[in-house]
Amino acid sequence: MSRRTREQLLFYGSLALALLLMLVPLPQALEPIKPWWPALVLIYWTIEDADHVGLGFAFGFGLLADLLTGVMFGDQALRLLVIVFISLRFRARLRFFPMYQQSAAVGVLLLNDALLRTVIRALAGLPLPSAASWLAPILGALLWPFLFLLLDSLRARLRDTSP
Amino acid sequence: MARSSDHEANLFSSRARGTLRLLAYLILAATLMVLDHRYHGLPRARAAAAVVVEPVWRLAGLPVRISDLLASAWTTRSNLQADNRNLREQLLLANVRIARMQSEVRQNAELKRLLEAARSLQMRGRLAEVINIALDPFRRRLVLNRGSREGVHVGQVAIDAEGIMGQVVEVLPNTSVVLLITDPSHAIPILDSRTGLRAIAYGTGSTEMLEVPYLSVNANVRIGDHLLSSGLGGRFPAGFPVAVVSRVEVSQSGEFRRVWARPSARINRSNQVLLLRDLADPIGPPAPAAEVGPPVSLASQGSRRSAAKVPR
Repeated sequence: MSRRTREQLLFYGSLALALLLMLVPLPQALEPIKPWWPALVLIYWTIEDADHVGLGFAFGFGLLADLLTGVMFGDQALRLLVIVFISLRFRARLRFFPMYQQSAAVGVLLLNDALLRTVIRALAGLPLPSAASWLAPILGALLWPFLFLLLDSLRARLRDTSP
Repeated sequence: MARSSDHEANLFSSRARGTLRLLAYLILAATLMVLDHRYHGLPRARAAAAVVVEPVWRLAGLPVRISDLLASAWTTRSNLQADNRNLREQLLLANVRIARMQSEVRQNAELKRLLEAARSLQMRGRLAEVINIALDPFRRRLVLNRGSREGVHVGQVAIDAEGIMGQVVEVLPNTSVVLLITDPSHAIPILDSRTGLRAIAYGTGSTEMLEVPYLSVNANVRIGDHLLSSGLGGRFPAGFPVAVVSRVEVSQSGEFRRVWARPSARINRSNQVLLLRDLADPIGPPAPAAEVGPPVSLASQGSRRSAAKVPR
């Protein structure tokens, strides 16, 4: 396996794993604050490997996520689109932020998304997220450094072992 | 210098192009949402993509399944023995109750025959297992491991040993999605078993609570009353336990009484669900008058199913 294919494998594998993690249930009390894994992983790849991730990719990935969870077709697609657009715009700055600043930025991105989600649901007349769900972006921001370091070290390992 | 300004221009135009593309995609997403909301396109898209969706659901259900298996492997012998004893006692009690009921059922049937209102209440069903995945934390739905290949269809009622759980709203070849009675968009017609008072119980989104809003202030409801399905509307069979009243309060305006009830079914903890076959003769309003036109036998198969509206 060449380095290229292995990197591709990590890219698609991590995104697929994020979709699975989104579906794995947590205890009932924790369910509303479950971090939105697909968004976190997608932000990582947007920042680190922008050749792969564009608006079209985010849209398609969001549609796939919608197909699996099924709130409303296009809901996650739109939200991921906004997240990826903003992180592409500020990619150059986000890349060289120290970790805590990066975490905060991710937190703000997710908070913006939570707002967007509430608006979409209110417009569609779907059940609104509970108050506890506003903690999910904070949890996402706290988890960001671990996710970032994990994916980064995996990528570094791929690079080192390549011939 | 020329190069740098060139570069800047490129940068700018690519930015503008990015924004345009964003707008195009946003419009596309919004269109999709409206289409789905209007025409319920998502279940259809899911049915088309069932080859992808079903394996992912099963895979995502694996962790809980494995942890269940491990938990059962770790239970001690004494626990199993205690369980076994309990189950035997329950079985005995249930058998005695059935034996007592049988004479009453016979009496009831005779009385009904006298009234010429015999209804063939055939209680046939199919066991399905719950695939443990979280579709949306703000709605209450279950994924089951039976689908259209096993004859499951939209509108079937899901119950467990304790009461009604919900109804099937979406069917894929090998899986189906059940909307629980606790979902905020679900409503079920009920009957207070003590007083015969009829009402409608709505889901609240909390797993452990149903709400019966807008009862009149002098409605006779007490904590501990058993709410049964009334069978009105013809969707749910009559006489199944739905919930037990746990809180009664008067609304702030003082004009209504509002009742909260705990579902009888073990909605969170059931791993197996019984899907009832449609009742032979649903109790409820008469079917709409036949449409004038060519004979029904000429109609296509699919058109029959869209008779009842199903909440999403």
